[in-house]
Amino acid sequence: MSNANPQESRGAQLLAWIDARFPLSKMMKEHATEYYASKNFNWWYVFGVLAMVVLVIQLLTGIFLTMNYKPSAAEAFASVEYIMRDVEWGWLIRYMHSTGASAFFIVVYLHMFRAMLYGSYKKPRELLWLIGMVIYVALMAEGFFGYLLPWGQMSYWGAQVIISLFGAIPVVGDPLVEWIRGDFFISDITLNRFFALHVIAVPLALCMLVVMHILALHETGSNNPDGIEIKENKGPDGIPVDGVAFHPYLTAKDLVAIIIFLIIFCAIVFFAPEMGGYFLEHANFEPANSLKTPEHIAPVWYFTPFYAILRAIPDKLGGVILMGGAIVVLFLLPWLDRCEVKSIRYRGWTYKFALGCFVVSFLVLGWLGLMPAEGVYTLLARIFTAVYFAFFLLMPWYTSIEKTKPVPDRVVYHK
Amino acid sequence: MNTFKNVFALIALLVVSTGAQAAGGGSALNDAAGNDVADTASLQRGVRNYVNYCMGCHSMQYVRYNSVGEDLGLTDEQLINNLMFAVDKTSDPMEIAMPAESAEKWFGQAPPDLSLIARSKGADYLYNFLRAFYLDETKATGTNNLVLAGASMPHVLWELQGTQRAIFDEVEYAPGQTRMVFSHFEQVAPGKLSAEEYDAFVRDLVNFLDYAGSPEQLERTHLGIWVIVFLLVFLFFSYLLKNEIWKDVE
Repeated sequence: MSNANPQESRGAQLLAWIDARFPLSKMMKEHATEYYASKNFNWWYVFGVLAMVVLVIQLLTGIFLTMNYKPSAAEAFASVEYIMRDVEWGWLIRYMHSTGASAFFIVVYLHMFRAMLYGSYKKPRELLWLIGMVIYVALMAEGFFGYLLPWGQMSYWGAQVIISLFGAIPVVGDPLVEWIRGDFFISDITLNRFFALHVIAVPLALCMLVVMHILALHETGSNNPDGIEIKENKGPDGIPVDGVAFHPYLTAKDLVAIIIFLIIFCAIVFFAPEMGGYFLEHANFEPANSLKTPEHIAPVWYFTPFYAILRAIPDKLGGVILMGGAIVVLFLLPWLDRCEVKSIRYRGWTYKFALGCFVVSFLVLGWLGLMPAEGVYTLLARIFTAVYFAFFLLMPWYTSIEKTKPVPDRVVYHK
Repeated sequence: MNTFKNVFALIALLVVSTGAQAAGGGSALNDAAGNDVADTASLQRGVRNYVNYCMGCHSMQYVRYNSVGEDLGLTDEQLINNLMFAVDKTSDPMEIAMPAESAEKWFGQAPPDLSLIARSKGADYLYNFLRAFYLDETKATGTNNLVLAGASMPHVLWELQGTQRAIFDEVEYAPGQTRMVFSHFEQVAPGKLSAEEYDAFVRDLVNFLDYAGSPEQLERTHLGIWVIVFLLVFLFFSYLLKNEIWKDVE
């Protein structure tokens, strides 16, 4: 080691110096070069890393937006236009951030759906699922706070609708709403505190939760499309026989996925940043006006399934409870599912059918949340709200009578 | 199996109802603006039309004269001589002299700033709106608008378009119940422009409003092509790298 290549030995010396003081090599091994995951990951397994990519995009673009944005009711709207027109590359930074918000929810929804396909929330990964759910709730809060900042009509009235939901809580409702807003109506004060929550409080929590999520994942090991615990079948070298090292194998695979993602992401940023009014709502190009209620208030698309559930119930408190319940019930998934088999590949038709109904209900509710709450739309919202809850509440029953197929000992891998 | 059928029936119902909504929505005048922000000559005519006919009342507070000049290929001299009547610095925003408070008193509501009107309303809406004024003696302005009923804006462009009357047909939509449905416009007095010329005038104007709403759009789409090309090349090599690394996995 001492004299082969003086350059290399100097690098090795530096690494040794660091390793004596900070576990750099140890961490690299634990989390990358000697972290083994199943070799049969399919494309459903890229959304976790894509969520990390989007998080980085949001953090970086967010920093540059903060340099030019003014969190005051008098200046916020104009400062966004200043970013779009006068700041060098401001439009690109802003569109990346606004597209990133929607992209975040798309990849997170697909990431969660992957867990439902392959039973990734089941023992021993219950805590991993719970941490992930907390991340999802934090992400919804982040999206909600951020949406007020451009101070457009939809920012203002969307926040008005959502904050007023807390008013449905008996006894403490009204004071609670006032406490959240910090005023008797949505004002400069509300904007200021939402800005603080959006740029520091929630992102900080998100970053810490993401670290916890990854630590929990690396403790249990990743699941795979066959739902087999690869750690139970190790070779003489102590390495799972179906495992490959995260680096370089999965990093090489993830790089391909990241580039495909970036192609789609950039296609939206450069050619359709408004995404037909779904990513940037048309009404939000009008400055907030507390005296002029828009004829049609719809939240951004990623909240619409829950918004549809809220409006399906004629009673405000009942709607709020059900909407909250729609999120809470997701936390309980590891305990509602009684089936021993993890992967959908070896599960019975009952779960496959139920999951299909769940997906249809989530998509239809998402669409209904964009439509006015009247006539046939309300009827449909009620039907699909029932389907949504039936998926969870009947789960202990239909997963316990499920006829599963035998699970193989080794993962299925085709070269 | 019945559940399956029901699910399919519901999906079919949803598809049909969206289609029906798309067909039924909107106003009687539903033409596409057909403008093209890459057409610089049209944008130059558009900004001229805007300054001469709209800017008496409508500001564009987020748009600067010199950024318009830069994007539309106009020199500072051309800007000063042709477009800038009340300001002297080319870096000034396109603001107006009328105070919003007085405007509100005079018109009922202040004429809105038009920097972002094409983004909030859409180019097609504006194109139809400006062609949909018709005589209506019951209104203070003497006109009404088919696209925005009861519009407080008078028909500023009447001199160009002339005046027109809206003809409504009585249509029976349920037994014994009728309603008025727009049929067509009837020219009352001719304007300085023919119908085709007026449409072209409005199209240029709307084109400028479209540009002003998102002036970055030309640069954005040009740059976007190169970004995607770069990523595709990157994708090709990353795919080769992945295959090389994975070739020894059994």
